Amino acid sequence: MKRVNVLGAALSFAALVVAPALAATQLTGAGSSFVNPFFSKAFYEYSAAHTDVTVNYQPIGSGGGIQQFTQRTVDFGASDVPMNADEIKRLPASAVQVPIALGGVAVTYNLPSFIKGGLKLTRETLADIYLGKIAKWNDPRLTKINPGAELPDAPIIVVHRSDGSGTTYIFTDFLSHVSGEWKSKVGTGKSVEWPAPSAVGGKGNDGVAGAVRQTSGSIGYVELAYVHENKMTQAQLQNAAGRFGFCTGGGVAAAAATKLNLTPTDFSIVDTKGETAWPIAGYTWVFMYREYQKPEEKSRAKMVRDVLEWTATSGQRIAGTLDYVPLPESVQEIAKKSFSEIKV
Amino acid sequence: MQSESHEQLHLRRSRISDRWFMAGVYGATGLFVAIVAGLFVELYAGSSSSIRAFGFNFLTSSHWNPVTNQFGALPMIYGTVVSSLIAIVLAGFVGVFGAAYLVEFAPRAVARPLAFLIELLAAVPSVIFGLWGLFILAPVLRANVEPFLQAKFGFLPIFQGFIFGSSLFTAGIVLAIMIVPTVSAITRDVIAAVAREHREASMALGATRWETMARVILPGATTGIFGACVLALGRALGETIATTMVIGNKPAIAASLFQPAYTLASVIANEFTEATSDLYVSALIELGLLLFVVSLAVNGIARVLTWTVLRPAKAR
Repeated sequence: MKRVNVLGAALSFAALVVAPALAATQLTGAGSSFVNPFFSKAFYEYSAAHTDVTVNYQPIGSGGGIQQFTQRTVDFGASDVPMNADEIKRLPASAVQVPIALGGVAVTYNLPSFIKGGLKLTRETLADIYLGKIAKWNDPRLTKINPGAELPDAPIIVVHRSDGSGTTYIFTDFLSHVSGEWKSKVGTGKSVEWPAPSAVGGKGNDGVAGAVRQTSGSIGYVELAYVHENKMTQAQLQNAAGRFGFCTGGGVAAAAATKLNLTPTDFSIVDTKGETAWPIAGYTWVFMYREYQKPEEKSRAKMVRDVLEWTATSGQRIAGTLDYVPLPESVQEIAKKSFSEIKV
Repeated sequence: MQSESHEQLHLRRSRISDRWFMAGVYGATGLFVAIVAGLFVELYAGSSSSIRAFGFNFLTSSHWNPVTNQFGALPMIYGTVVSSLIAIVLAGFVGVFGAAYLVEFAPRAVARPLAFLIELLAAVPSVIFGLWGLFILAPVLRANVEPFLQAKFGFLPIFQGFIFGSSLFTAGIVLAIMIVPTVSAITRDVIAAVAREHREASMALGATRWETMARVILPGATTGIFGACVLALGRALGETIATTMVIGNKPAIAASLFQPAYTLASVIANEFTEATSDLYVSALIELGLLLFVVSLAVNGIARVLTWTVLRPAKAR
């Protein structure tokens, strides 16, 4: 009797757990880890409203996302940098790349004495610091733009991400835009050969943040959301319009708004001309194939498209609550148009 | 008659079980060899395009540039070997003497819980060691230990230069803590295994406990202790995440241990997920192959050392 009861309870419990899972189609995506907190929340909310769909997103890194998408082992891929010509050539079929999230990269530092209003940097000085050409904090070029600030006679420790990351891509893209020497000597990439003799690599945002927080005289770059969550000291950076400012959601949105003709091959929004634009920003992209043949593939692809389109439009209000920057209207329109090209 | 057939039956049965046992032994050994060989073949195949592109230069170049697809592994080989050497020197010292104390000198009430605590270290996940190293150990080393060493022994090149928190030194210490349980646990067993008669004979000749330890027990246990160190060294060479978090990830060779460095496993952990070009992936796999070869070489050198250095010492 007792056994029957236990069995009955187990069965009904199993039914409770399994039933929704059976009813819902599980879609899978893989790629960018930067976008993961946003995706988790957005997909969770989407599933709450659409009980027939759940999304399993694996934040294995953009490279892995592209690879899995190419092998068709996931329904969609996500990357902090759109696929380049080489990567597109390797795809089994034509794909659509759509901007889905927007983020900024902030400059953080650690100096023994507090600087009122924050350390000020021009684009050129930041590039020269990362090149190792400005090696000390009391370099005349820094004291000139920071009058009154107490800058020590100490080496500048340059902290960077050691893991391949979209954040590094955006940051080095910015440095390549503002410094010819950086462009020719180092270039743009998710991992680069850092030229400064005092460079140290930290793994992930937390690695960079940890190194900067512990090392007096250091400077580093981290995602905007990370700076906010951890209340880190930000540097002011001069933009192309000549204005100094901190990295803020508004500044990143302003940078994004200057580029209305965003495409997967012309996607850089660093060093834009906007009056209030923050110069180090970039998009995360998702990919789907353009055509699906079999009926079951089509119905699945339609679900994927609907989730992603919702994420790129209505879902953007969630981005704001998580310290991502919501896509500007114009970019949401670009996203919608790209999704409409998918034949399902 | 009956008893004979019983015996025959028994013999036949034992022959069958013997056969099964032999099959099991050969099978398991074969599987071992197959796994190692398969690993090597797979790594070699995966790194073939990198080997073709860079050849021997891969081992001698210090440039690791994913943007221009120029790859060289020398700084990583250096970082892997040196961080592991620091670790094994520290862990060997602490582990062997700690184990000697626990087995021979400590009262039982102390030895049991202490041994348990040390072995508990082995169960801590490496990411915890990494975080602890980054947020707790590195600041202490940077603010106190390294300036002290620099002030006292600054004439040595290994303690010179600017003090970063993340460095070869920090990585070596974190690794040492991680491999101490391995050294200590095995050493305890081999020390305990030294024959009781040897100790008693030594004591009977009037040797003190300390003399017995230094002259009789430790020499008797040398091979086992060396084995413990080799095993621990293997773990240090391949440790990935903890090292990555504290070593500073800089592909450069510096004389000073206070400078950031890089290890083979760390590069793979850092860059593999975001590597997309074929040559880049191939170069990363070649780092894996090198790690394999370096581990083999270090093990080999350790074996040769046991034979050449320790055997004659024992014979004296």
